[in-house]
Amino acid sequence: MNWKRAAIASLAAVPVIALFAWGFTKDPNNIPSPLPGRQAPDFSLPVFASGEAPMALPVGDTVHLAKLRGEVVVLNFWASWCLSCRDEHRTLSQFAKRYADKPVHFLGVLYNDRTPPAIDWIREMGGQEYPSVNDRDAHTAINYGLYGVPETYFIDGKGEVAFKQTGPVSDEVLTRVVDSLIAALPAGAKGTGAADSAAAGLTPAPKQAPKGTP
Amino acid sequence: MTGLLAHDALMVSLMLLLVGAIIGTLGIRGHRADWVQIAFGTVYANFVLVTVATLAMVYALVTHDFSISYVAQVGSRETPMFYTVISLWGALEGSILFWAWVLGLYSAVVVWVNRKRPGDLVPWASVTLLVVALFFAILLVGPANPFHAVFPVPADGPGPNPLLQNHILMAIHPPLLYLGYVGMAVPFAFAVGAIFSGEVVSDDWIKITRPYLLVSWGFLSAAIIAGMWWSYEVLGWGGYWAWDPVENASFLPWLTATAFLHSAIVQERRGMLRLWNLNLMVGTFVLTILGTFLTRSGILSSVHAFTTGPIGYYFLAFIAVVLVSTLIMVAGNSDRLRTTGHFDSPTSRETVFLLNNLFLTAFMFTVLVGTLYPLVAEAVRGVKVSVGQPFFNKMTLPLIVSLLFLMGVGPALPWGSASKADVKNKLVPPLGAAVLMAVIALVAGARNVYSVLAFAFVGYAAFANIREYWIGVRARHTAHGENWVIALVRLVRGNHRRYGGYVAHLGVLLVALGIAASETFRTEREATLAPGQTLTVSGHTARLKEVWGRQEPQRAVIGATMEVIENGKVVATADPRMNFYPTQSAPVPTPQVISSISGDLYFNLMAFDQNGSHATVKLIVQPLVPWIWFGGGVVVLGAIIGVFPKRKRRTVAATARQAVPAVVLPVPREGEA
Amino acid sequence: MTPSIKTLLAVAVLATAGVAAPSVTVAQQVPAGTTATARTSALSDSALDAQTAAVSSQLRCPVCQGESIQDSPSELSMQMREIVKEQLRSGKTQAQVKAYFVSKYGEWILLDPMAHGFNLVLYAAPYVLLLAGLGVVVVAVRKWSGGGKQPDSAGP
Repeated sequence: MNWKRAAIASLAAVPVIALFAWGFTKDPNNIPSPLPGRQAPDFSLPVFASGEAPMALPVGDTVHLAKLRGEVVVLNFWASWCLSCRDEHRTLSQFAKRYADKPVHFLGVLYNDRTPPAIDWIREMGGQEYPSVNDRDAHTAINYGLYGVPETYFIDGKGEVAFKQTGPVSDEVLTRVVDSLIAALPAGAKGTGAADSAAAGLTPAPKQAPKGTP
Repeated sequence: MTGLLAHDALMVSLMLLLVGAIIGTLGIRGHRADWVQIAFGTVYANFVLVTVATLAMVYALVTHDFSISYVAQVGSRETPMFYTVISLWGALEGSILFWAWVLGLYSAVVVWVNRKRPGDLVPWASVTLLVVALFFAILLVGPANPFHAVFPVPADGPGPNPLLQNHILMAIHPPLLYLGYVGMAVPFAFAVGAIFSGEVVSDDWIKITRPYLLVSWGFLSAAIIAGMWWSYEVLGWGGYWAWDPVENASFLPWLTATAFLHSAIVQERRGMLRLWNLNLMVGTFVLTILGTFLTRSGILSSVHAFTTGPIGYYFLAFIAVVLVSTLIMVAGNSDRLRTTGHFDSPTSRETVFLLNNLFLTAFMFTVLVGTLYPLVAEAVRGVKVSVGQPFFNKMTLPLIVSLLFLMGVGPALPWGSASKADVKNKLVPPLGAAVLMAVIALVAGARNVYSVLAFAFVGYAAFANIREYWIGVRARHTAHGENWVIALVRLVRGNHRRYGGYVAHLGVLLVALGIAASETFRTEREATLAPGQTLTVSGHTARLKEVWGRQEPQRAVIGATMEVIENGKVVATADPRMNFYPTQSAPVPTPQVISSISGDLYFNLMAFDQNGSHATVKLIVQPLVPWIWFGGGVVVLGAIIGVFPKRKRRTVAATARQAVPAVVLPVPREGEA
Repeated sequence: MTPSIKTLLAVAVLATAGVAAPSVTVAQQVPAGTTATARTSALSDSALDAQTAAVSSQLRCPVCQGESIQDSPSELSMQMREIVKEQLRSGKTQAQVKAYFVSKYGEWILLDPMAHGFNLVLYAAPYVLLLAGLGVVVVAVRKWSGGGKQPDSAGP
């Protein structure tokens, strides 16, 4: 029995086991996003759920992200068929209400869903404080590197993505990120709210609103 | 009550296994035959106890006993009885129980059959099997306990994963896989036994384990094919192999086991490659455990992944123990296993077998590296990468094509040494078949180099293997005047291993042909149709008849009835469907396949209109896919033929070579006749 | 590296499409208001389709397990394929389309890791092993069939 050779050979197991042990600390399904630190992709999407005053926007209006530059934007992708979205809905809605007079916009983006069940869902969940837009062909979602819902993107005053939250967002995360982004805004940014809808980057709907989104 | 009984049975079995392993080891070291008998006894007892636990689980599932955690997890009153029974292996804990049962079965059989053999080989092998079973018993009593009491008892359960309720192959693939996978523990145990008993310097241990290896290999081959068939019919993308980590996990031990099947013959004939074969045998088992680990640990993302949990750590510990101890055992004994034989000539079947082993090992290594690379890349670069089909196809195609060629050369070349005449007579004629196949492929439109080579070599090897049969049958017919059928039967019975092997080759070639044809000549098209409209792909026309919906106890189903039309008449219908389960947010598609000898029409329902006015249907035309499944059956047939023992005749030279040094001759133990 | 099998496959697809000479009923445009994604299966530009398929089979479906967006029936995959097609139609190269998706999803979105830096280990390792093994086999066969009964190092 050649013990020396045996000992040397057994060392070969070490890197293998170490690799697997290390693998336990990682989640193979959590893909880090390349977006943070880069300019948030622009979009123009139609509002389908207006939200509540003071953040309400008329249904049919188009929201242009670029026009929201200068303030913090919280973008939340969701769907009515998404079970985890239910976990965060109340948190998001109430947080938005608390921050209504701060320089931050909340926007829901509907992903791969139809508006009637989405509107039903909002009603079932007790309303949504902020408006939601419809990403019909998911081009915006893909532009943001979305691979599931819910995902929430935090965009700073310079229009860059500061942080991406995969999965339901908590009050703690919202407070921490939004506060730090607001603090980083150049002085003079005023609170928005409905009073500033012109500056909120809206294109008012044409007089003849399209026949309700399908 | 049932749960308590079963859990107790498993606890008792765990203690028995521990005791049996210890007493067995002490019995062998101390030459106590009666203690060895006790160890054998625990093998049988363990099988009985695990059977009791398994039957208890089946009973609990069937009677919807939701007080038992596993039943609460996968059971449901709405699930049809058939799927309820097979949900035994549908989720993690149940599958571990099933693993343990299969292991208990194999262990009991191999010990019982060999219980009278003198020497320490069988006792050491039994101890090894007891230790492996001990690991699974620990799991079953600990993190993978399927018999936890659930309180309060729920009225109903969520049912098994919908993907596991869609197809009958779900009943077949997992048991086949376990019978194949777990069976590899037996040759491993005998390899360990051979090392500890000293018989590793001779070849008898291989003879004893060959049937178990061949049986496991046969089951594993069938399981892989069944898995391919199942994912083909269920997952909806029209493919049958995606190089998913868990598919790879089942394939890796198959590759090394196949290599071993060939190189073991070289060892028997020439007494060479002992160390290499030991490595292969041990490696096959390590890969088996590795595969189980990858499935259950959650460190790789995979379509198969069971729920993760602490069980991954246990498996890691087990792999560490197995890996380290086998490295020590094999490396420590490598001195005793130096090759002392020689080859008569480089142009011989022996050399072809070496090349076979080389390519199979390279194949295994390539797949292993690709499967583990995402983990390595993240560790080294901190970036998540994917290694998918393009990589694996690209890297393994040359190896596969080479192996196809070798399948035609090996059977043709004789053992020992091939003369120039041999080479000409045996290696040249199949070239005609190769050229013919290549021409057919080119005419049909194949332009990829590897595609054309694959077709050519399939022709080459098929010709060579069939010709071996022909030569043998004709020789008997001429020499003994037997008619063709009797000659064939007697030919095969004269050498099961060889002719079973040729049949297995033909099976593999059929599989390769089916894969080559369906990959090279596949065409597809997707269209949104209203009832009455048609979709045509490669000359096949299908018309949408209607979009329908129905409610079943456990799900809602929407389907689109497609009629296949030839010459204006409806010749077949297919109902691709989408299934909506209350527990899933996204629907589970069920594609429909219309098979014929020439290929498959594969229908998938991609989307539909709420009011039934339109459906988006994809039709894929895949030539020769059924040949893959048929080829799998032929491979199994080859294994069955090969498993019969050789006739006990031996040549003088072989007997002389088999002389075992005196130190290894079994010493009668105390208490033994 | 082996020559671009993708190109060869794309050519094979084209050749097959040509040989098979399919006649396809152009399906009706699905009106908005259905769950079916509106799509015509117009095949006037079969080269565009072939290129779309070629690029799509190299991109991983983000919501599936390891499938390409070409193979996956999921909605996101279909939408990503539309983007691939649009970008190719507007003149972008295959590499640029892939780069776009990498900029959104990270390297993970490519089913074939990019062949540079440490990733080269992945591509090289199988060849290294094969060549080394081939060398061992050649040496072993020579030794074993040349010299007769010399004891030598254990096994290949």
